[in-house]
Formats: sequence, C-alpha cells, structure tokens
Amino acid sequence: MTVLVAYSADVYGEAALDHGIAEASAAGERLVVVNVTRGDALVDERYAGADAAGSLRSRLEALDVEAELRQSMSPDVAGEVLAAAGEVSPRILVVGIRRRTPLGKLVMGSVAQRLILEAHCPVVAVKPAG
Amino acid sequence: MDSLSLLMDGFGSALTPTNLLYAALGVLLGTAVGVLPGIGPAMTVALLLPVTYNVSPSSALIMFAGIYYGGMYGGSTTSILLNTPGESSSVVTAIEGNKMAKAGRAAQALATAAIGSFVAGSIGTALLVLVAAPVADVVVELGAPSYFAMMLLALLAVTAVLGASRLRGFIGLFLGLAIGLVGTQTGQPRLTFGQPLLADGIDIVVVAVAIFAVGEALWVAAHLRRKPLDVIPVGVPWMSRDDLRRSWRPWLRGTAFGFPFGALPAGGAEMPTFLSYITERKLTKKPEEFGHGAIEGVAGPEAANNASAAGTLVPLLALGLPTTATAAVILAAMQGYGIQPGPALFDNESALVWTLLASLFIANALLLALNLPMAPLWAKLLRTPRPYLYAGILFFASLGAYSVNFQWFDLLLLLVFGLLGLLMRRFGIPVLPLIIGVILGPTLEYQLAQALAISSGDVSTLWSEPVAVVVYAVLILGGLALAAKSVIDARAPRDTSAPDEREKVDA
Repeated sequence: MTVLVAYSADVYGEAALDHGIAEASAAGERLVVVNVTRGDALVDERYAGADAAGSLRSRLEALDVEAELRQSMSPDVAGEVLAAAGEVSPRILVVGIRRRTPLGKLVMGSVAQRLILEAHCPVVAVKPAG
Repeated sequence: MDSLSLLMDGFGSALTPTNLLYAALGVLLGTAVGVLPGIGPAMTVALLLPVTYNVSPSSALIMFAGIYYGGMYGGSTTSILLNTPGESSSVVTAIEGNKMAKAGRAAQALATAAIGSFVAGSIGTALLVLVAAPVADVVVELGAPSYFAMMLLALLAVTAVLGASRLRGFIGLFLGLAIGLVGTQTGQPRLTFGQPLLADGIDIVVVAVAIFAVGEALWVAAHLRRKPLDVIPVGVPWMSRDDLRRSWRPWLRGTAFGFPFGALPAGGAEMPTFLSYITERKLTKKPEEFGHGAIEGVAGPEAANNASAAGTLVPLLALGLPTTATAAVILAAMQGYGIQPGPALFDNESALVWTLLASLFIANALLLALNLPMAPLWAKLLRTPRPYLYAGILFFASLGAYSVNFQWFDLLLLLVFGLLGLLMRRFGIPVLPLIIGVILGPTLEYQLAQALAISSGDVSTLWSEPVAVVVYAVLILGGLALAAKSVIDARAPRDTSAPDEREKVDA
C-alpha cells in the first residue's frame, strides 16, 4: 500500500510530511509526496523551489522506504491531489490543516476541506505542533 | 522673485494636508506597481487619468510625479529579490543585485538601492529646479518652426534610439501618428469613417488605458500560468559602514549619467543604468566581485534610474516634450486640464510648477522612509494571484474609458486598442513611440500649420530659425550615423546567435 502526502512548503505541509514519513516507515509502505501550485502568482511560497525541492528529495531518498516527490502546476490544487490519489490508491492521505475564518474560507477556498470530503481513502488531518 | 523663494512658496502649498496625502498616495501606489513586473507607472498614471476630472491640477500632478518616482524605487526590490526586473529601468540592477541576495546580502542590496535612489532623486530634483526655469526662459523666445523641428527630433530620436529594432519602433510611431490624426480638428474629417462619434478624435485616456492596461492584461491572460519563481526572503534593509564607503561614489556617478540622459529627447532610464553599470565594473577596486554580487553594480544603476526620472521632467516641463511613456501620460493629464506644458508654463502656472517641484523633494523623502522599513512587506505583494490583479486592472480600465464621455463607443475603442496592444506585445513593437506619436502628433501638426500660416505658405520658413537649423543638422547627422552603422553591420559577418529574444514591453 501507499501513503500519500499533500505537501506545501510551510509548517502545515511539514507537519503532514512528518506524519506521512512516520506512517510509511512504520508499515514499510511506499511514500508519495505531491506539491502543487496554481502557478498564477509570481511567487508561491507554498511551492517548493529548486533548492527546497532538492533538499526534500534527498530527505526522501534517505528513508528506508520507497519515496518520491511529485511537483505539478494546476489551476485546481485539490483536484490535482485527488487525481494523484486516484492513481496510486493510497491507504491514507495525509494533509496539514490550518485555522481559517469563515470569510477567509469563502475567499481563498480550502484545499484541505475538499480533500477530506472528496478523497476515496481515509484522510489524516495533521496540525503543526504548538 | 527668484527661484528659491518661489520654491519655498511651493513647499508651503505642497505641505498642506491634501497635497501631502496625494504625495503619500502617489509614492505608495508607485512603489506597489514598481514591485509588480508588467505593471508600471505609465499604466498606473493612465488608469488614474480619469481622477483628473475631480481633483485639482496640483494634487493630481503631485500624485502622478509620486507614482513616477515610486516606480523607480519599487522596481529594484523585485530585481534584487526575484531576479526578474520589476521595471525596464531595473534590468541592470538584477545582474548584481540578485547575486548579492543569493549570497545572503539582500538587505544591503536593498539598502544601497533605496538610499542611492534617494540621493540621486534629491540631486536630480535640485538640478531640475536649477535647469528647468532658465531653459524655459530661452525656449520661450523660439517660434513655431523651432518647435516643429524639436518635436520631430524627439519623435525620431525616441523611435530610433530606444529598442532593438528600428523597423518595429517606426511601426509603433506611425500607428500612433495615425491614431492622432483621427478627427475633424483641421476642418475636414480624417479617418473618421463617417462615424460622428469619431469627429472629436480619439481621447488620449482611452488610447493610453487600452495600450498600457488592456493590452498588458490580455498579454498576461495569454500566459497566465507560469512556474513560481524563487523569492529570497529578506529582513529590514541595512548597510554597514564598509558598504556605504563602497556605495557613495557609484551613487554620484550614477546620478551624473542619469540626469542628462533623462533630459535628452532619446532619454529614458535604460541607457544610463547600463552605462553606469559598465563604468562601475571598470572602476571597481574589486573586479573579482563583479558577476558575484558587487554592491557598486547595484548602487550606480539604481541612482541612475532615479536621476533620469528627474531629468525627464526638464523637457516635459520646459518644452512640453515627453521622453518616456510615463512622462507622455503625465503630459496627457496636463493637456486634459488645459495646461499647455512648455516655456509659458513657468509664467502662466508658476504656483503649480513650484508646488510640483517642491512635492518631488517630499515624495523622495517619503519614499526613503517607506522603503527602508517596509521592503519585506512590498515583497509580499509578489504573491498576489494574477487573476485578481488583472481583473482589477481591467475593471478600472473600463471604468476610466467609460467615464471620459459616458459612451459605449469608448468601450469599443478600448477593446480595439487593447487588442492592438496585445498584438504589439506579441510582435515586439514598442509602445513608447506609439503613445508619444498619439500625444505629440496633433501638437506637431499644429506647430507646422502655425509656422506655415505666419509665412503664408512658404515652406522655407521651417529652416528660418537658427535653432531649427541646428536641430535638422543633428537629425541629418544622426540619420547618417545610423545609415553608416547599418552598412557596416551588413558587411560584417552575421552573428548567428542574433538575439531574437522578445523585448520586454514594460508598461
């Protein structure tokens, strides 16, 4: 089986990644990390740039289990993660969640909410420590 | 009254709360649009042209000048942190600035850019105060033939000197002149296609907003999704004593390059920033640092672009000749108020001019105060999703174009010229010659008609004034030099790696 992590280059994504690594290592499962950007702004800090992606890859390579990082660009971030989930049929999907005001959710939408509601596998929602 | 006491009066009215507010608004907006690549001061001033219907001339011009100066500051932030120039005037800054940032010296690069811009802007504005009024006094003696010659020079120089391809430049210029012809101002209808709504000509607000804002928005919409760039995180800019020691000479040299180039008809900021960079690379005591983040390579060009912005205002105020896109749109705003920039401006609108000049000093100080502590905040602007940004721009563009005459026809024109703007970007045709052609074309024709009316149709009047003869001589010499250069280039073996990179059209 596989553990799928919806990753973003911030504390929420790191929390999800840590949990995903722990889950995959414990069960000896394959780990797939997806990092998606909408690509509509000049700068997207939640998308791992060349340096960050490199260090992330080497961290994944150092694991005992098979692990890969997939980066892509799509107007629909949640849809892209769900497509990856449909492809690898993971045992669980790990996503970092953040506090959102109702207004913030209205304006920005919520990737985590769509993943929780629409994924066909169990979704583990992780919060950063502290 | 001498200039100094006039300037003091100017400070008096520039420091009123209303005008201070407009200056602050201008520099904030200017910095913001400077930070964002693709959106520049020219587009912003064009979008704000409709406010001139409700705001007093001095307040509006203070705001526009603040936007112009602010754009020069803001561009450097993007150049340094993102390696993508925020403005065409900051292209050179990116060379060393981004290397500095990658080496962990982003704070110092931003500091030398901001302080250098302040130094250069202050010196440039002081020079503007000293130079503009005497120039205007000389120019006021000139007649229509000399004006005609100078405008011709400005049009041809801007077209021929700037940009990679002269053919594309002239395509832009003639498109602009053709748009300027539309209407019945001369008595008979020209290019109106029997359409009564075109009889008054095409309003410059519509053309400027369409070419700068709609054209750019459509262009961006065609390339909406791009991989995000790596931005280098930064704290509050600061510099050490050693950085300061290495920066102050490049600042002054950059100012010396920037101001005269800005004041020349073929000015703009691209050439002096480039020259300043070359000079600093030659003069530096640490040549090994160039290419790896030398602070001199940031200090000089950044000073040069701000000094050139001040220099641009000399021909604009004293002659009524714009040499950059932003200056052209500011000129359009002045014409909208019925103020004719030129030598008579200093006599007829003395209070307005001196308030504007005083507020330039204030804007410059405001920019330094804003930019040093707020650089990290400005960098956050780069995260704005493009759809939101350009939806807003299109909204204001349509609103602005409609508010000119409250006619649907203007919205149609907006769309047509917006498509033209998109095509110009697609085929690398520069927008500056077009916009200057639209604005100067009718004035050029007026001066020609004036000269011929006085001489009752005798064409030789065109070279009857010494200034005109000198200008034509310069034109002919320049033309010969260009012809000689292209002959030499044609004989030389063709460089196979000819740069066909599309020129970045920065509005």
